[in-house]
Amino acid sequence: MLSISNLFWNSPEGEPIINGLDLEIPDGKLVVVTGPNGGGKTTLAKLIAGIEKASSGKIVLDGTDITDFDITQRAQCGISYAFQQPVRFKGISVRDLMELAAGGTLSHNEMCDLLAKVGLCAREYMDREINASLSGGEIKRIEIATVLARGTRFMLFDEPEAGIDLWSFTGLIDVFNDLRRGLNGSLVIISHQERILSIADEIVVLANGKVQKKGSCHEILPELLKNSSGCERCPTKEVRL
Amino acid sequence: MNHITENLLSVISDWTGAFSGAFSIRENGSCSQMRSTEHIKIEPKRDAPGLEIHVLPGTKGETVSIPACVSQGGIDDLVYNDFFIGEGADVTIVAGCGVHNDSNEPARHSGIHHFYLGKNAHVLYKEKHVGSGDGSGKRSIDPVTEATLAEGAVLEMDTSQIGGVDDTNRTTRATLAANAKLYIHERLLTDGVQQAKTDFKVFLNGEDAGVDLISRSVAKGKSQQFYRSCIEGNTRCTGHSACDSIIVDAGKVIASPQLVANSGDAALIHEAAIGKIAGEQLLKLQTLGLTLEQAEAKIVEGFLK
Repeated sequence: MLSISNLFWNSPEGEPIINGLDLEIPDGKLVVVTGPNGGGKTTLAKLIAGIEKASSGKIVLDGTDITDFDITQRAQCGISYAFQQPVRFKGISVRDLMELAAGGTLSHNEMCDLLAKVGLCAREYMDREINASLSGGEIKRIEIATVLARGTRFMLFDEPEAGIDLWSFTGLIDVFNDLRRGLNGSLVIISHQERILSIADEIVVLANGKVQKKGSCHEILPELLKNSSGCERCPTKEVRL
Repeated sequence: MNHITENLLSVISDWTGAFSGAFSIRENGSCSQMRSTEHIKIEPKRDAPGLEIHVLPGTKGETVSIPACVSQGGIDDLVYNDFFIGEGADVTIVAGCGVHNDSNEPARHSGIHHFYLGKNAHVLYKEKHVGSGDGSGKRSIDPVTEATLAEGAVLEMDTSQIGGVDDTNRTTRATLAANAKLYIHERLLTDGVQQAKTDFKVFLNGEDAGVDLISRSVAKGKSQQFYRSCIEGNTRCTGHSACDSIIVDAGKVIASPQLVANSGDAALIHEAAIGKIAGEQLLKLQTLGLTLEQAEAKIVEGFLK
């Protein structure tokens, strides 16, 4: 379980982004964090992963106070984070990155299983460099696969749907459902997508750096959809908040 | 062969006690072992120190290894090797040089290589340079490569300097006839107060000739690198060069790429990027559990792979 209490973080310009946030993320549940742009979702993810340091407050993972842990220590404690905007590397192949994530050598079959989950063929991709030759969508899928390869107790995905085509998006929903079924920790997804919100065990609405609402999918989603827009036939629509 | 030479050979040419195919091992300024094969003849030059290597037309799938090692200070080895690759041949040339110096005297190897590739010949040229030893004497390697490619010939150069060389001047000149292709992939690592100069000049003289020149380098410590390239397109041709450098610590890189289009049909492109390791790259690897130092080492290793 991850417990966050009275967390504050200001931007380098001094603007308060996270404003006394309290949140508990229980084990065994898929929690979707949503909210308006600029509400602090990605900042919260970075604070959990250790990429940003809180101005004050406390973050506790499974009883261990990790507030002062750096990124590496948090990763070693079991926090995995899929970046919203994945990074490109000249000279590092998909296989290299996946094996770094897994912490050791992966067999062809293991690589195949992991990449297939995000709609990529291992034979086609594992020797390719993670550079500009890959599209944004391909890089995004590889980013998600690195978190799957880690398989840690706390997995955090920041807008995994961004840049993913519709066909792969359907596969992605299956991946998250599978992860939830075998969950031995927490699964947190930052998203605006109705289809992701609809598979949540809990939805957390973040606005102005605080938890505005929190509850089950049944409780929260209908309320969010009241304000949604877009074509009803569209299989994935973004919830406007 | 002494033990140091054996170690250097294993690093620069994957030597495991013997070479398959034709070879010549140069140790401290003289040839210590040499073997020709039916299709690849190696002979000492008559007018200068070095070798003439003749690959018969149509030779396919053979390898010729010509590593050079300097295992002590006080040696300034200069060698001229000329390669004549027959029409339609397809071979691999493994060169490379290791300089070991435990003394206070400088140790240097200068390899002047001329390649003459016949019509439709194909050569994969692999060259690895390394320095080692605890002496304060400078370890220098100054390779000069001059290549002349006949119509349809292809030369792939895979070159690297993987560390320990205090000073290097690397000069490459190539002239390409119609449909000839030159691919260069250079990797350089300097550290401490080392210095590396790279100078490429490629003349695209024949129609549809092409060059792809990729240089990746890492400058650590207070080392300095000077990169210069010039692609001259004199007819309908394609030229691409990319110079990417990572600066670590107080390293310095000066890059001067040049494109000369003497024909409106010459399509020439240059890309260059110099800077420190992107912070996001380090962050990503740290989120996988690597320390900052491990992340940096992994990025550098991958970049120079």
